[in-house]
Amino acid sequence: MIKLFVRYINLMVATVFILVFLSFLLPFLFPGDLLTNVSGIVAQSEEQRLALEKVYHLDKSIFHQFVFYVESLINGSWGVSLSDQANLFAEIESAVPATLELVAYAIIASIVIGIPIGFISGLKNHNSFDFSVVTFSIVGYSFPVFWLALIFITIFCLQLEWLPISGRIDLLYNVPMDTGFVFIDIARSSIENKSAAYMDALHHMILPTTSVAIVTTALFIRFTRRSIMDVMEKDYIVAAKSRGFTQSQIFFKHGLKNALLPILPILALQLSTLITNVMIIETIFSWPGIGRWLIQAIYQQDYPAIRIGMLVVSLFVMSLTITIEFITRAIDPARERAESAAL
Amino acid sequence: MQRFNLYQEEYHPSPLINIWLEFKRSHIALGGFVLLVLFLCIAVLAPLLAPYDPHLQNTNAILLPPAWEPNGTISHLLGTDGLGRDVFSRIMYACRTTFGSSLLIIAISVFIGVSLGALAGVLSGVRSSVVNHLFDSIMSIPTLLIAIVIVAILGTGLFNAMLAITLALIPQFVHQTRTHVRSELQKDYVLLDRLDGASSMRVFVYSILPGMVELIVVQATIALSVAIIDISALGFLGLGAQDPTIELGAMLSLALDVAYVAPWLIILPGMCIFLMILSINVVGEGLRSALRNRLHH
Repeated sequence: MIKLFVRYINLMVATVFILVFLSFLLPFLFPGDLLTNVSGIVAQSEEQRLALEKVYHLDKSIFHQFVFYVESLINGSWGVSLSDQANLFAEIESAVPATLELVAYAIIASIVIGIPIGFISGLKNHNSFDFSVVTFSIVGYSFPVFWLALIFITIFCLQLEWLPISGRIDLLYNVPMDTGFVFIDIARSSIENKSAAYMDALHHMILPTTSVAIVTTALFIRFTRRSIMDVMEKDYIVAAKSRGFTQSQIFFKHGLKNALLPILPILALQLSTLITNVMIIETIFSWPGIGRWLIQAIYQQDYPAIRIGMLVVSLFVMSLTITIEFITRAIDPARERAESAAL
Repeated sequence: MQRFNLYQEEYHPSPLINIWLEFKRSHIALGGFVLLVLFLCIAVLAPLLAPYDPHLQNTNAILLPPAWEPNGTISHLLGTDGLGRDVFSRIMYACRTTFGSSLLIIAISVFIGVSLGALAGVLSGVRSSVVNHLFDSIMSIPTLLIAIVIVAILGTGLFNAMLAITLALIPQFVHQTRTHVRSELQKDYVLLDRLDGASSMRVFVYSILPGMVELIVVQATIALSVAIIDISALGFLGLGAQDPTIELGAMLSLALDVAYVAPWLIILPGMCIFLMILSINVVGEGLRSALRNRLHH
C-alpha cells in the first residue's frame, strides 16, 4: 500500500514537472517577441525592455529562467494578460469554479442516471427495454455536442422561450461572486428573493448540463451494461446460482461490486472528452469558465494567458486522472494494472 | 474419388468471412454499413455528384429554403446560404473534407501508435515504464487543449487541426498495442518462434500482428468517430478549416449569423455530422459484437 502510494506520488511529481517544463518552453515556440510572450507587456522603449528582461531573468541562462518561472508560479504572480493587462491569477481564480461546477453537474447527472440504467438493461438483456436503452446510448454518444447545444438553443430558447440562452444567473440578482460557485454564493449573499435566485440559476444550468451530460451518460450506460453482462457470466456467479441464491442476492453480493470496479478507470479515461465538451459548451452558452476564457485568449492571441490556462487545465485533468487510478489500484490491489472496462 | 475428410463441414469460412456472416445477421449494423459506404462515395465522388460549384455565389437566390418548403425550388435541393451558394453541393464537399481528413488522421495515428506500442511492449524495465507512463499521461490531456497550443504556435488551419487530433489519438493505440503485445509475449507460440531464433521484430510482425488486426480495426472505428467530432468541433470554433475550405463544422459556425432566418443551415450540416458518426458507431458496435460472437462459437 505504501509502496503503491510512493509510486503514484512519484508519477504525480514527474508529470507535474514535465507539464511545468513544457509550459516554460511554450513562449519560445509562440510567434512574436519572447519578452512579450513571457511578460504580457509590449516594451515601449529600450530602457523598459532592459528593465523587463532583468525582472524576468531573460538576460540570464535558461536554467535561471526556469527557476524564476517555477518560483513565480508558486508565488502566485502568474503575469498579466496581453490583451487587457488583467492579473491572470485573479482571472483564472474566478473562471475555474464555473468550469468545476459544470463538470461536477455533468458527472453527477451521468452517474446517477447512467449507472442504474446500465445495470438494469445489462441484467435483463435482449428485451425491449434493453434494446431501447442500447439505441438511446448509441444515438447519445453520436451527437456532436456543439450541434446538440445549438438545437437545444433553437428549440428551448428561441422557439419556446422557456430557458435563457447564456450566462449563469440573471444580472438582476445582484449576487456577489465570493466563492465563484453560484449556489454557494446565493446562499451566502443577503438578497431578498433567494428562492427566485435559486430558480434562475437552476434555469441557466439546465441546458449546458444536459448538452454535456447526454454524451457522458450514454457512455456510462454502455460501460456499465457491458461490465455487468461480463460479470454475470463468471464462474462464481454460476456457483452462487447453483447454491440456490436468488437473483437479487447474487446481484447485490457479488455482481454489483465486481461490475463497478472496472467502471472507475473509465471515469478517468472519459475525463479528457468531458473537459473538451465542457470547454465547447462554455463557449456556446457564454458560461464564464476556463474553457471560454482560453478560447477567447486564442482568438486574441494572448500568449501569456494561453500558457497559464493550458498549464492549469492540464494539471487539473492529470492530477484527477492519477488520483482515480490510484484509488482503483488501492481498492483492488490484485489487479496488475488498472485495467478498464470494454464497450 | 472418395477423399478422407476429418471435418463434417465441406466448407470452412475464413475468419474474415466468418465476421462478415456474423455482422450481416444484424440488420441495424448492415444499415449503418450502407450509410457509411454512401458517405464514402460522397466523399470520393463529390466533384462528379455535386450539381453546382460550391463556391459559386448566385445573388438571385439568396437564403432559399430547402425544396420541401413552400418557397423552395427543386433546382436547389437543400436551399442556398447567405451568399447564394448551393447548400447541397457545399455539404457534399464538406463531407469530403471532414470525412477524408478524419480517415487520414486515423491512418496516420494507427500506423504511429501501433509501431510505438509494439516498441513499448517489447521494451522492459525503466525505459518501458517511462514510455508507458508518458503516453498514459498524454492520453488524459483534452484534445481541445492540444489543439489550442498547436494553433497558438502554428496558426489556424485544417492541417494544424489534423496535427493536433493525430497527436491526441496516437496514445490510445499505443496503449492498446502495448497491453496486447505484453500479454501475447507470455504465450507459447511466441516462445516457439523465439526458439526458432526469430527476432523481436519478426515475432511482432509475423506472429502477434495478424492476431490483433481485428482489435485495431474496432479501436479505429471508435477513434474515427472521435476524429470527426473533433475536427468539426475545431472547425466550429474557428480553429480548424478556414474559409475557402468547406468543412461541416465551419459551415455550422457560418450559419450562426443567419440562424434566425435560415435554421436549415444549422440543421442540415449538423444532421450530416450526426449521421456520419452514428453510422460509424453502429458499424463499430456491429463489428464488436460479431467478433465477440465469433469467439464464442
